Amino acid sequence: MRLVGLYIFLAVTIGLGLLFPDNYYVSVVGSTAFFHIILAVALNLFMGYAGQISLGHAAFFGIGAYTSAILTTRFNLNPFVAMSAGAMLTGALSTLLARPILKLKGHYLAMATLGLGIIVHIFLVQEEWLTGGPDGLSGIPPIKIASLVVDTDIQWYFILCAVSAMTIWISLNLMDSRMGRALRAIHGSEIAAEVLGIDTASAKAQVFVLSAVLTSIAGSLFVHQQAFISPDSCSFAFSVELVTMVVLGGLGSTFGAVFGAAILTFLPEFLVHFEELEVLLYGAILMCIMIFLPKGVFVSAVDGVMHLFQRRCVRDVGSS
Amino acid sequence: MLLDQLIQFLITGITIGAIYALVGLGFSLIYNASDVVNFAQGEFVMIGAMSAIFIYGAGVPYFVAILIAIFISMFVGVALEKLAIEQARNATVVTTIIITIGASIFLRGAALLIWGKEIYGFPSISGDDPIKVGNITILPQSLWIMACTALFVFLLRYFFQKTLTGKAILACSFNKKAAYLMGIEVKHMLALAYGISGLLGGIAGVLITPITYMTYGAGVMLGLKGFCASILGGMGNSMGAVIGGLILGIVESLGAGFISSGYKDAISFFIILLVLFFRPAGLFGKTGVERV
Repeated sequence: MRLVGLYIFLAVTIGLGLLFPDNYYVSVVGSTAFFHIILAVALNLFMGYAGQISLGHAAFFGIGAYTSAILTTRFNLNPFVAMSAGAMLTGALSTLLARPILKLKGHYLAMATLGLGIIVHIFLVQEEWLTGGPDGLSGIPPIKIASLVVDTDIQWYFILCAVSAMTIWISLNLMDSRMGRALRAIHGSEIAAEVLGIDTASAKAQVFVLSAVLTSIAGSLFVHQQAFISPDSCSFAFSVELVTMVVLGGLGSTFGAVFGAAILTFLPEFLVHFEELEVLLYGAILMCIMIFLPKGVFVSAVDGVMHLFQRRCVRDVGSS
Repeated sequence: MLLDQLIQFLITGITIGAIYALVGLGFSLIYNASDVVNFAQGEFVMIGAMSAIFIYGAGVPYFVAILIAIFISMFVGVALEKLAIEQARNATVVTTIIITIGASIFLRGAALLIWGKEIYGFPSISGDDPIKVGNITILPQSLWIMACTALFVFLLRYFFQKTLTGKAILACSFNKKAAYLMGIEVKHMLALAYGISGLLGGIAGVLITPITYMTYGAGVMLGLKGFCASILGGMGNSMGAVIGGLILGIVESLGAGFISSGYKDAISFFIILLVLFFRPAGLFGKTGVERV
């Protein structure tokens, strides 16, 4: 029952991929949407489940991306080895930072993660010998699975679809585990959770590291797909965009994050046609959604359907 | 020689710090009144500056142009409260953050539409001839910035401590329901707080533009620095935000001068992280009590 949503997700995405493999909005924009889905679901683990906030997740994306880019172009390492190295580096860094940073609450936590993101971004811009500076790194090789070189849009589409499905699966399972219940208790009230015997500091740290590592893996995949990376891809604006996806879809819901990611990927594609009005409309739409559906698009929709359904049940019972 | 340099950097630091202080003050004002961290604060600064540039460019006298510009950003502040924040009264903290982020993107989009992507300058209040004291040079605009910031901090303090309206806003920040029962129009007070916050942003924008220039996107970084200032001082502590802003400006200027100009922002964020690790509620903030 728990995985019904995942099956629907797979059916829809695989169906679209098979039916319209040459459509730009499916293979190219769709692949970008999968990246955003992985990132938003990962961030939702930390924000939605544990009730924390991070305005610096782009930093982990950048660490994964740049580790992969540097190791594969300079040292000719296998992309999967480089990806694991990036994940381990992110894991080590986030473990190190988790305790002092997660002691902070609310706006102070937002500030600290924001600072972290900006420091990493400045490092990527400044250390030209390592990162190529503002111009970034290019010529990153594609990944190879067995003897198959992945380099067409539709191949990427299916690979990213699989990774997204895996991330969603992890998220759904975590939600219903002992860990997920602990995190939701922390979301409700940290002190109450502690009184109930939950080691809140370590639970928060674990989910923070998990979320960071997933983000880093997405970063590694991203450089192989794009064959290029620059600091612009891991800026503060991107961190904000990720948070927006999670909140827009519905904080605390895995499929809310999926919806939010999909909406924010396709919306700019649609708004591009308005040219000069693009930025203005984007801001206005964002505000309107949050004002009128403060719980997020997906969660509000589900609530609405449940509400309708319940009312009908009550009426049926009343009439019989 | 080194001492001269140090003093020179300090002056630059205090100048930019004073601007951060004004923005930070706006942040903490809104936070106090409505528990909202307003990420559109930097856009108030940008709109104030851009309006002044264009109204002055249209031939309106200098000080009149400044006055109109400040009123425009004040109006934007009130509009933000009435049209967005007030409509989302029951939203959670994160949702309101996204609303203000949406507002900041909207305002940036509007600025882009009206003024385009160009970089604009604005004349100083009293010329650009630097004043020399020994080996140290000071721009007259720096002195104006310091003086105006000091004046507005003083006025704001007076407003909140001595006037009935100021006290009413403070009352709303302590307890909205109690304030309402005492006959205070909470709604009007919130709009007023946003208005004052927009006004402070507008003043900061008009003052800083002669030194740093202005574009439609320049508000983002200024807003973030203001957020840093108010966090450093302790969220919601107005005088803390002012001191936080000054510290931030000085750290940035010393970092740029003695360590590396490319890393100046990284240095200030690093210092803030260090402060938060040891004082999780800022320098002058009180650690809150969570109700279970």
